[in-house]
Amino acid sequence: MTHDLRRKMIAVAAFACLASSAAAAPPSVQLTLQDHKFTPDHVQVPAGARFKILVTNLDTTPDEFESPDLRVEKIVVPGQTITVFAGPLAPGTYAFYDDYHPETAHGVAEAK
Amino acid sequence: MLASFIIVFREVLEAGLIVGIVLAATVGISRRAPYLWGGVFAGVAGACLVAACIGALSSAFAGNGQDLFNAAILCFAVIMLGWHSVWMARHGREMARQMQDMGASVTSGETTLLAMAAVIAVAILREGSEVVLFLYGIATAAHLTAFAIIAGSALGVAAGAAVSWGLYRGLLAIPLRRLFGVTGWLIALLAAGMAGQAAALLANDDIIPAFGYQLWDTSWLLSTGSLLGRAMQALVGYSDRPMGVQLAAYTATLATLVCLSKWAGRPRILSKQES
Repeated sequence: MTHDLRRKMIAVAAFACLASSAAAAPPSVQLTLQDHKFTPDHVQVPAGARFKILVTNLDTTPDEFESPDLRVEKIVVPGQTITVFAGPLAPGTYAFYDDYHPETAHGVAEAK
Repeated sequence: MLASFIIVFREVLEAGLIVGIVLAATVGISRRAPYLWGGVFAGVAGACLVAACIGALSSAFAGNGQDLFNAAILCFAVIMLGWHSVWMARHGREMARQMQDMGASVTSGETTLLAMAAVIAVAILREGSEVVLFLYGIATAAHLTAFAIIAGSALGVAAGAAVSWGLYRGLLAIPLRRLFGVTGWLIALLAAGMAGQAAALLANDDIIPAFGYQLWDTSWLLSTGSLLGRAMQALVGYSDRPMGVQLAAYTATLATLVCLSKWAGRPRILSKQES
């Protein structure tokens, strides 16, 4: 019985470890490109922390997710999802765009 | 048309500035044209190849494939530029003198020409793959404005190449005895900038520590989003928000190349060659 209890305690401790490491993983925002437009085109990101941006391209041609403000630049082929890291940012707004279709595909990340 | 002109011009300009410096730095080396053109063609072919494989490249290495690849080719270019610096330190003065005497390319240097061809290839491959993908997108979308976009792109290539040629001719206006001193510094700054960019790419993916994600912010003065900012980034490695590891790689590379040149060009070797 006590042996069983110890095992349960270990399991709980292991779960707690996993949970805390999951909490430590950087937060992420998801962007989708369709008809050469971002959805959403306004996202909130944490200020002062590293975070992830996932970009999915649902168009039929390649895109280049780019932002000098966020210091990211990565090509996304049709149907693909790419991940970029950014931050830590000072509070404020940071523009991003698809370099291949900048007239329609642009958006803002707001660091709070 | 204007939008496609700007995109293509910007990419061609970034590669073209590097090509312009390489052209000026290899003046006076005989039979350089086949090597340097070879670099251009290898770069264009490589750009097409990278563009064709970009999907697979992106998903490789847990999604860090693009960054790892770019960092690797940048490091390769840095080593090639270092190679050229050492070669130049050994042969530059003698070359300038021979050119002044005979006004012709006389010094042979196959190995350094290969190194410089590789630098051209890397520069074109890196920026060119973006242009290829952009044009591919237009070709497959095939909307009505395709002609205007292609015309804009062609103009962009021409304008970028013209600036590159202008930089080369401008550098040639420098008196011969000073030219290789100037190109030596330009090459060292170019290499330092490339090393810094490679470090920033790796740090951004948390592959190496960043030692500070933003040491300072001079985007109010010159943003790397602007054309001038991007040109300065390509030329001397300017960054408006540098990482700690980026600055460290920049400084270390610059110091290494300057020291290598000084060491390779020390008078003992020169006097031995002259005797």
